[in-house]
Amino acid sequence: MRKLIWLMVLACGLLAVIFAQQGDINILVTKTESRPKMAIIDFHGSGDAQKFAGTFNQILWSDVEGSGLFNMVSKSLYPAGYPQQPSDFQQPPPLEPPNARRKRSQAPPPVSGNGLWMSDWAGAPVSTTYLTFGFAAAQNGVFVVRGFVFDMRQPTPTGAQVIGKNYLGDISESGARKTAHEFACDIINQFGGKCIAGTHIYYTHQNTKFGAKEIWVMDSDGGNPRQITHYNNVPGSNFVSVSPDGSKIAFTSYAHGQPEIFVYSVDPPRDLRFYNQRASMNGNPSFSPDGQQVIYTSSANGCCRIFIANVNGTGFRPISPPGYIDAEPKINPKNGRDIAFSSDRSGHEQVYTMNIDGGGIERLTDGQGEASNPAWSPDGRTLAFAWTRGYMAGKFNVFLMNVATRSYIQLTHDEGRNENPVFAPDGVHLAFSSDRNGSEQIYTMLADGTAVQKLTSQGYNSNPAWGK
Amino acid sequence: MSNRFQIPTIGLAISLALFAAGCGKKHTPAPPPPPPPRPTTETGPSGPPPSTTAAAAPVITQFTAEPTNIQIGQSSTLRWQVSGDVSGVTIDQTIGSVQNTGSRRVFPSQPTTYTLTATGGGGTTTATATVNVAEVPPPPPPTSTRPMGTGGPRTIQSVIGSLQDVFFDYDQSEVRADQQAVLQQDATALKAIVADFPNATIMVEGHCDERGSAEYNLGLGDRRASAVRDYLVQLGVPADRLRTISYGKERPQCTDATEACYQKNRRAHFAPGE
Repeated sequence: MRKLIWLMVLACGLLAVIFAQQGDINILVTKTESRPKMAIIDFHGSGDAQKFAGTFNQILWSDVEGSGLFNMVSKSLYPAGYPQQPSDFQQPPPLEPPNARRKRSQAPPPVSGNGLWMSDWAGAPVSTTYLTFGFAAAQNGVFVVRGFVFDMRQPTPTGAQVIGKNYLGDISESGARKTAHEFACDIINQFGGKCIAGTHIYYTHQNTKFGAKEIWVMDSDGGNPRQITHYNNVPGSNFVSVSPDGSKIAFTSYAHGQPEIFVYSVDPPRDLRFYNQRASMNGNPSFSPDGQQVIYTSSANGCCRIFIANVNGTGFRPISPPGYIDAEPKINPKNGRDIAFSSDRSGHEQVYTMNIDGGGIERLTDGQGEASNPAWSPDGRTLAFAWTRGYMAGKFNVFLMNVATRSYIQLTHDEGRNENPVFAPDGVHLAFSSDRNGSEQIYTMLADGTAVQKLTSQGYNSNPAWGK
Repeated sequence: MSNRFQIPTIGLAISLALFAAGCGKKHTPAPPPPPPPRPTTETGPSGPPPSTTAAAAPVITQFTAEPTNIQIGQSSTLRWQVSGDVSGVTIDQTIGSVQNTGSRRVFPSQPTTYTLTATGGGGTTTATATVNVAEVPPPPPPTSTRPMGTGGPRTIQSVIGSLQDVFFDYDQSEVRADQQAVLQQDATALKAIVADFPNATIMVEGHCDERGSAEYNLGLGDRRASAVRDYLVQLGVPADRLRTISYGKERPQCTDATEACYQKNRRAHFAPGE
């Protein structure tokens, strides 16, 4: 009997350890099976709008699927017919009484509306919870989309509409993209998510592997890449971060000879002349939640300590105690009080937190391998970072850790080298660098490691920062 | 039904059934799109208000670069003066908005033409200034039969180029015991260099192998450069002639994923200072 009790205690302990590593990490991506189902019917366009309907449909599907809010129903299950507006729905004929007698010449009552009955979509095989449908038209030089979302659990179309809205754009690819992003955003916002369409990713780009590094910006789906810095020197500009209000970026650059900090306004791109203290290296700047301060690492009086300063660089003072390489400091965006950073104070690079006054230094990673690139989730509860745990030196993977409980999960698994993870404003998507396809490029994924998408392909692209 | 017809008939029935079930989509004609909805586009007033007064465009009394010819890594100073009816002055090449009168140091790494644009009520005026950038000339071939310091033509590039690199262990910035002899030789050579070239400074570069993160390696490279600089100063090299810079893992000597190449990259290297 005693043996049995000990075995049970052991088993419970083992399960507890497993769940501590996996379960309570408080990530906002629910399992696919427990999400509501969503079916999206292809939109058709009349006249000139038809040319761009394909782009519209592809972006709408991709954005809604990428939100992680729904269990998407494959279009291969859809009936042949479909509604394009609420009035297209038809009422099934009333059921016949069980013993009704029909003449042999009368056709049997239809068993489906071929896509025009609510039950065609609510029942098998589609069995969807929500249905998105509509159409596009070109009118007076404008690409007009009418979009609807219906709750298919309702008995009739009358009470089923959740969204019914018009979206306008140019009659062009970009107009189709814009309207698709806007409709997807409304759907995501309606169902409790936060939309990342319209947000921007700043990053480092090189044309060649050892050419000049410059800071670029692109849309959250990889579109519209634009160059911001043009210093054209080697090594160049790198390690960009964005202010919380999206109006400024900070980065490290060799443009003036030594690695120094630059702060730029974003629109229009303009050097705001950050004051660099006297040191052989000032770098890795990032912003406080109110955007009024910058923290960074400096070799002043010995490499390297974490400093805090006004957003123009004046009024600097050290935070971390001297004697170690303290790097990449990031302030918790929710409480403005905790700083995550990487440091070699216990040997190899590991991820630490401390208070903004330099006290309460705690190591979060367990000392194995090397851990770097800490990045906070918008709610300040999770840190994403790169770690070589389980692999050789240099073989980084993306991990997420719940800061309060220290439980963590590994999101990538040696598909090349995976580094520099950053959260999107929705707290559900991550951008990161990976060389899994031969050259370093920027990817996005959901915070459970699924839905990996490649955003860049030309040249070499790394170190993303996700801002408004 | 006779046997002869049974199987092909069943086959036909099956294919008809499959056809009806799976191919229906292709054969049902797509319903025409419904009539377009009423437009809800808005239009606002078109065009800017017409200008009311006639004024002269701004006058750019000066826009110069001094010097116009630099070596790569050096700087030139732009100077400008704009007068008249001026509402804004900008300079391209990421300089942006500036005051009507001012100057700015620039560090172009290739020949660059700067364009100043002055706008005002009477129009827009532009001017350009060009900075030419020359590459550092290659060092002359070393005079291999002559040891350092005993005569013969010596240029700053050649003597600095003959200083030996100092190598480090993985994730370490301490000077290794087996590197002390190298540092002794470098110190002797450096003391001769600073004596022969009174205006020269020597840059100690810190480098790393590619395995750690780029951010951390920026710090590690700085520590390596500082460690070598401090060691040389202890051996009597004047501190004010030595500068340090970290290149992290951005400027490797080799790119193979081998221990030999990693060691080659974990180094301090000497280069001419500005």
